[in-house]
Amino acid sequence: MRFQLSEDQQALQAGVRRLLDRRFDREALRAAVGAPGRLDRALWRSLGEAGFFALRLPEPDGGVGLGLPEAALLFEEAGRALLPGPLVATHLAAGRVPGAATGETVVTAVDGQLVEWLEAADVVLGETVGAVAMRSVDPLTPLHRVPGTTPADPLAVLLTAAEQLGTAARVCELAVQHARTREQFGRPIGTFQAVQHLCADLLVRTEIARTAVYAAAVTADGADIAAARLLADEAAVRGARDCLQVHGGMGFTWEADVHLHLKRAWLRAARGGGGTQSEELLAARLAA
Amino acid sequence: MDLSYTAAEEDFRARLREWLAKVLPTLPDRPSPDDWPGRRAYDLGWQRMLHDAGYADVHWDASPTTRLIFLEETERAGAPYVGANFVGLLHAGPTIAAEGTAEQRARWLPPVLRGEEVWCQGFSEPDAGSDLAALRTRARRDGDDYVVSGSKIWTSHAEVADWCELLVRTDPDAPRHRGITWLAMPMDAPGITVRPLRTLAGSAEFAEVFLDEVRVPVANRVGAENDGWRVTMVTLSFERGTAFVGEVVACRRVLRELARAARENGRWDDPVLRRRLGRLEGEFRALWRLTQWNVSVAEAGGGVPGTGASVFKLRYSHARQELYDAAADVLGPDCLDLDRPWVLDRLSSLSYTIAAGTSQIQRTIVAERVLGLPRGR
Repeated sequence: MRFQLSEDQQALQAGVRRLLDRRFDREALRAAVGAPGRLDRALWRSLGEAGFFALRLPEPDGGVGLGLPEAALLFEEAGRALLPGPLVATHLAAGRVPGAATGETVVTAVDGQLVEWLEAADVVLGETVGAVAMRSVDPLTPLHRVPGTTPADPLAVLLTAAEQLGTAARVCELAVQHARTREQFGRPIGTFQAVQHLCADLLVRTEIARTAVYAAAVTADGADIAAARLLADEAAVRGARDCLQVHGGMGFTWEADVHLHLKRAWLRAARGGGGTQSEELLAARLAA
Repeated sequence: MDLSYTAAEEDFRARLREWLAKVLPTLPDRPSPDDWPGRRAYDLGWQRMLHDAGYADVHWDASPTTRLIFLEETERAGAPYVGANFVGLLHAGPTIAAEGTAEQRARWLPPVLRGEEVWCQGFSEPDAGSDLAALRTRARRDGDDYVVSGSKIWTSHAEVADWCELLVRTDPDAPRHRGITWLAMPMDAPGITVRPLRTLAGSAEFAEVFLDEVRVPVANRVGAENDGWRVTMVTLSFERGTAFVGEVVACRRVLRELARAARENGRWDDPVLRRRLGRLEGEFRALWRLTQWNVSVAEAGGGVPGTGASVFKLRYSHARQELYDAAADVLGPDCLDLDRPWVLDRLSSLSYTIAAGTSQIQRTIVAERVLGLPRGR
C-alpha cells in the first residue's frame, strides 16, 4: 500500500498550481469580482489546452488518459485558486459534448434545483424550462433556480469535494500567514493560544478531508464519495469562517478575499443534494 | 496513490485470518475488568499464543503496513487487546530495543515477547501530567544504586506489573528537560506502595505509586544519566503512529451495531438520529483513510511516523466521544443503565481527549510544530 502522491502526481499538482498562478492571479480574481457574470473565454481555452477538461479522456480520443485521482488533484488546485466557471460540468461533459474537451464549448448542468452559469454557457445539460435568475450570494457564480430536481452525479460530488479541499487548504494558509504577521498587544497574534488553536483545527479538518477525498478518488465508491463530501464541506465552510475570524475586522470587508472563499464553499456545499443526501447514503450503507 | 496491498501483505493477512479463526474459539472467557490477576493471566496467555505462532514481535519488527494489517485483522476477528502487555510491547520494549545495551535487551525483551512479564509506565506525576518535564520524583546515586523517592500517578497495570519504566530526576539543577533519567524498576523492590485509583467509570483502571527510598541498580538505567527525556521522546513518536488502528476498526463495528439496534427499537425512523449515524460513518471512514495515509508516510520515512499523529489523535479522540454520545441516543433511557452495552464505553471515552497529551496540548503542537506559528507562552 502506497497511499501517497506519486512523483507524477506531485508534478501534475505543481504544474497546475503554476498555470493558475500565472493565468488567474489575485488581480484576475478581483477583476472577475468586478465583472460579475462574465466568463473569461480565453482562460477557459487555456485550461482546455492544458488538458483540464480532457484529463480523463483516453489518449486515442485526444485526451490525457489519466484517472480520477489526477482529476481530484486538478480540482483541488482550482478550488485553491477560486477559479470561476462551470468547471465540473464541462470536465464531465468532455467526450460527450463536442468542444467541451478543448475548452471551446462551455458546458453547465442542472444540479438539484440549481444551475450555475446558465446564461454564459454554450450548452446546458438538464431541463431548464422555468429557470429563474437568483441574486447569487457568490459574486463569482451566477445562479438560476429551476423547478423539479435532478439526482446527484457521484463524480460531480467527488470533484466538488476536491474543490472544497482546495479551499480548505488555502484558507488554512491565509489564516496562518495572517496570524504570523498581524501584531496586537505588541506581538504576533499567532502567539496567542486561542488563535493557535483555531489554526490547528483548520489544519486538522483539512488533512482528514484530504485523505477522504483522495481515497474516494482511488476507490470511486459511493460511500467513500459521500464521506469525502461531508468532510470536505466541513473543512471548507468551517475553515473559511475560522479564517475570517482570525482576520478579525479586516476579514469582514469586501477587500479581503476570505468572504469569496466562504461564499463559494457555501455554494459548493449545496451541490449534489447537499450534505443531507450524503448522510442518508452513508446511513443506508451502515444498515445494509 | 494506491490503496492496494502487495502479494506478500495479502498473504500475511490470509494466514493471520486463518490462524485467528482457528485459535480464538479455544480462548478462555474474558475475566471481569476488576479482576487484575485474571486480566494479567489472560493477556499474558494471549501474548504467549501470538509468540508461539510467530506474531509476537509484529509491533517491533514488521513494516508499518504489516502492523496495520495485524491490528485490522485481530480487531475484526474480535481477538483480545494487547491489554496488560501494552507498555512492555509498545513502549518499554521498543525503548530498550532502540536504546538499551546488548545485555539489557537480552534480559528484558524476550520475557515481553514470550508473555512472561508485565511492564507499567512511571511517567506522569500528580503535578506533571501533560507537562511531563515538570516531574519531580528524584533519584540520587548511592554506590551501584539509585535511591528513588517520589510518586507516580495514572499508572496502568501497576498492581500486576513486574517492571516499571520509570522517569526520575537525577539532576535537580539542570534545565527541566535535562536532568531526567530512564530506569527499569523492579516492582517488588522494597519501598514501593501501589494504591489503586477508581476512575469515573467505576473501575480501578490505574493506580498511584508511592516510592520511598527505593533502590534501583545503576545497571537498570537505559541510556545515559540525564538523557532520559530524549530516550522517552524516541518511543513516544513510535507509540503514536499506529496506536489507534484497532480502535478505528472497532468504532466502525460499533457503528454498524448501533444501526442494527436503532432499526430494532424503531429509532432509525428518526431522520436526525439516522443522519447523525450516517455522518459518523463518514467520519470513521475518513479516519481509516487518514490511518492508511499516516502508515504510508511512516513506511516511506523508514518507520518513523510523521506529524500526522497529532492530527489523527485530535480528530479521533473527539469522534470517539461523539460515537458513544450517539449510542446514548440509540439506547434512549437505557443509556443510564450501566449493564447496557456502550454505557461504560461512553464513560471511558471521556479519557481520550486527555490521555497521551490533552487536545489543547495537541493543538499547540500542531500550531507551533506543524504550522510554524510563533511560540506562545
